[in-house]
Amino acid sequence: MGAPFPFSAIVGQDEMKLALLCVAIDPSIGGVLIFGDRGTGKSTAIRALSALLPPSKVIADCRYGCDPARRANWCSECLARPPKQQALTRTVPVPVVDMPLGATEDRVVGSLNLEQALNSGVRSFEPGLLAQANRGFLYVDEVNLLEDHLVDLLIDVAASGENVVEREGLSVRHPARFVLVGSGNPEEGELRPQLLDRFGLSVEITTPKDIALRVEVVRRRDQFEREPQAFMNTWRKHEQKQRREIIAARKRLASVRVDNEALRWAAQLCMRVGTDGLRGELTLIRAARALAALHGRPTVGHEELVRMAPPALRHRLRRDPLDEAGSTLRIERAIGEQGTALG
Amino acid sequence: MAEGRATDTSASDASASDASASDASASDARIAAAARAGDALLAAAIFALDPAAIGGIAVRTDRGLPCERWLGLLRELLDEALPLRRLPPHIDDERLLGGTDLASTLGCGRPVYARGLLAEADGGVILMSMAERVPARLAAVVAAALDSGSVPGAGAAREGLHPARFGLVALDSGQGEDEHCPVVLAERLALHIDLHGVHPDDLANSPVDRATLARARSRLAAIRSDAVAISALCDAAAACGIDSLRAPLLALRVAQASAALDDRDAVDETDLQSAARLVLGPRARVVPEAPAQGEASPEGESQSTSEPPAASDSPRNADTRPPEQASAPADAEAQPPEAEAPPTEAEAPPEATAPAAPDTAGELDQQLITAARATLPAGLLAGIGLGDSPMPRSSAAGRAGAVILKGRRGRPGGVRSGRPRHGSKLNIVATLRTAAPWQRLRRAQLQAAGARLQGAQPRASAAVPRVQVRVEDFCVTWFRQRSETATLFVLDASGSSAMHRLAEVKGAVELLLAECYVRRDQVAVVAFRGRSAELVLPATRSLVRAKRLLAGLPSGGATPLAAGLALAHELAGQLRRRGLAPVLVILTDGQANIARDGSAGRAAAQQDALLVARQLRAAAFRSLLIDTAPRPAPLARVLAEALQARYLPLPYADARALAGAVQSVA
Repeated sequence: MGAPFPFSAIVGQDEMKLALLCVAIDPSIGGVLIFGDRGTGKSTAIRALSALLPPSKVIADCRYGCDPARRANWCSECLARPPKQQALTRTVPVPVVDMPLGATEDRVVGSLNLEQALNSGVRSFEPGLLAQANRGFLYVDEVNLLEDHLVDLLIDVAASGENVVEREGLSVRHPARFVLVGSGNPEEGELRPQLLDRFGLSVEITTPKDIALRVEVVRRRDQFEREPQAFMNTWRKHEQKQRREIIAARKRLASVRVDNEALRWAAQLCMRVGTDGLRGELTLIRAARALAALHGRPTVGHEELVRMAPPALRHRLRRDPLDEAGSTLRIERAIGEQGTALG
Repeated sequence: MAEGRATDTSASDASASDASASDASASDARIAAAARAGDALLAAAIFALDPAAIGGIAVRTDRGLPCERWLGLLRELLDEALPLRRLPPHIDDERLLGGTDLASTLGCGRPVYARGLLAEADGGVILMSMAERVPARLAAVVAAALDSGSVPGAGAAREGLHPARFGLVALDSGQGEDEHCPVVLAERLALHIDLHGVHPDDLANSPVDRATLARARSRLAAIRSDAVAISALCDAAAACGIDSLRAPLLALRVAQASAALDDRDAVDETDLQSAARLVLGPRARVVPEAPAQGEASPEGESQSTSEPPAASDSPRNADTRPPEQASAPADAEAQPPEAEAPPTEAEAPPEATAPAAPDTAGELDQQLITAARATLPAGLLAGIGLGDSPMPRSSAAGRAGAVILKGRRGRPGGVRSGRPRHGSKLNIVATLRTAAPWQRLRRAQLQAAGARLQGAQPRASAAVPRVQVRVEDFCVTWFRQRSETATLFVLDASGSSAMHRLAEVKGAVELLLAECYVRRDQVAVVAFRGRSAELVLPATRSLVRAKRLLAGLPSGGATPLAAGLALAHELAGQLRRRGLAPVLVILTDGQANIARDGSAGRAAAQQDALLVARQLRAAAFRSLLIDTAPRPAPLARVLAEALQARYLPLPYADARALAGAVQSVA
């Protein structure tokens, strides 16, 4: 297949697009969970990310794509390199790695390099999907059908940002910081609470009910499939604009201020809806900050908080496994009760 | 329809009209079958035109002669040069996605990777038989390949992608509505056809041949479709209650293929109608509004019986012929707007006639909706009454979950070194891996040994195998044996009715516990009353503990049924994750009066309970609902249906009867 469908050509689904942009601006927000009906463009949006996002710099020979600017997160191989090699860099597109449901554990965490072992009797590590996804996105479609042992693995790595391999006589650890993106259809199964918690934002998407929008979706997709090149040319400008916005937002992010009023507002909201733990507030603040950066605002305001509260909190409400729509309502009600004034 | 007419008639000639009505319904069925045959032929031609773009065909069939005929025809249409692979439901990931080629690996002494079946089928067709038995995970993997047109590379070329653009023919021989091709696949296959009741002779020859197809294929890229066509398909899809936008998109591709087959360079309304019939109709979740034109008249029936020759000689022809020739009166779409019409009625081919070209988009919409109505799934009308959908979304995944748990192989418990024995099987890749680091050493050893024996056996060194695997390298995958059952009692302890049954339930739990040492079962109890539900007894085999906890169980108060079911859902999920097979036994009279959010109110409470019940069904837990009302009422029955639980009204039951009923489910 050629280039993926351009991100900016996706019709509607604003919340999903916004959530993906936010984590692209600030990966520390955590993953994104996208739950929704079939045929709503979940995979399309995620597969479009790689082409959209600005490419990143990596150390030239690194198998894990270490960031030359962040020594603290380097893998042991990079740390051991002579400084000259450390300075060699290359630019690569942000990895968006698909984790297929059928993946074996070997494939995910990495395994003994069979060829080397057979030919020269050397035990060497062959990196897996987690290594590939370092500093990028790891996408699990149908995440709710993922086998339990893989879920355990993901939970562990997503929490620690490091993949520890202790098997087949190998003892390897390497950085594996990625944005976990899961998608699925809630009617086919639920997500384990522990894994649910690893997602910073959760988005519900539905098919557009408006006929004009639906027609537009089908029309664009048809054009894309029949004349991909012409379609990409049409949308190139939009893609570039979007990319520039992301780059600018990343630069601004550090300078966006979050004042006490905003913090208090977030804390009050979390108490009101009854989220467990403090992760909800933290995520909400981070997401609102990313949004403010995207919009070019100097401080996090009420608008950003309100916008990001549902995706940041809806999966953290006290266990109500089915009634996801209800939890969105609960958050909106709580926002209404809380009023618009910060502080 | 037949029955509706019989009741219209006066009592005096009731018997006569019965006879004619049964004749009429028989011929209706014949027409429907002939129309299905025509659709099947058309679908085969459209699929053969561009298998990968169409995605595939889901064929509902009972695998008899019609199916063989149809497959034979399809094979004739497809190029022999293209790969055709069969995909059995028990295929493993290695073979599906590619992996180590063991024979070559052992032979060459270095890893050799082989492409998987999906990559092998690139450019061709995969035939998936018994699609209704395909586990959810396999379905998801195939669906991902259908989406991306590629599979991740195996082995050394891990980063790369192998192209895997193929069309899938899913033969779904499911019985009844519960058994069907996994929705995740069906969704991606444009064409859905039904070969039930189709006469093999109707599938004797295809309306097109390979030469036509080749010509059409060269046209396909240039087919134009205007905004009107796209919006008509979207409208029709929305009218059928189809949420997914894949449906109109696939319908558009089918319409384009249909235009190419007819040597036209733009999509016209006959193409759109074919697309509506083959793609949208079978996916419909609601019965679209009947078009306004075409009165429901008693004469309409006799006319439609005279219709079959026109409809059955092949819809392909009917579609391609100029409209005025297609059939005489343009009223075959007469659809009596009776809500209770039997499903066969809805399947009659009302649109075989293409009315004069529509002037407005609205009219086109109506035509498409009429066309889609022609292929509404059987049972749709009946299903809507229950607030249910024809494509049950849930049971596909749920079934596979249950299969895994009940499967003879059990859950894979991991890999460890050891010899293959009962309940475990040799894991060759792991074995090779274990052997790999020792190869040099062993070779050297063997050569040294060979050198010593040189005198006696001069050619010993030539026989040194490239890879030496020894018994101590053996690794096995072991599977957990059949999982044990956990019976989860969900107990209505409210004052409404269940209070006086508490004693029986306590007794039943004790009886089950008494046996569970033998059966290796566990028992848990959830009770709900007042405003909330609580876990009274966590899963246990301990009789003593159970007795103590149950003795102190309070009762009385309101009925928060939804909360009880939700807690049960959560617990059952946990039990399943622990490798147990949960069985739910729900004892209630179904008279909920507390909603999920804790507010009182019968209607909301009932609705919430049904919602949770559907979620439980989606998770495919085995369940039994025991109606504890003194006089069994429909409420509990409706709940049981939403749960897909066995329903058992037990106005008078003792502990022993309860325990017996539970064991029959588990």
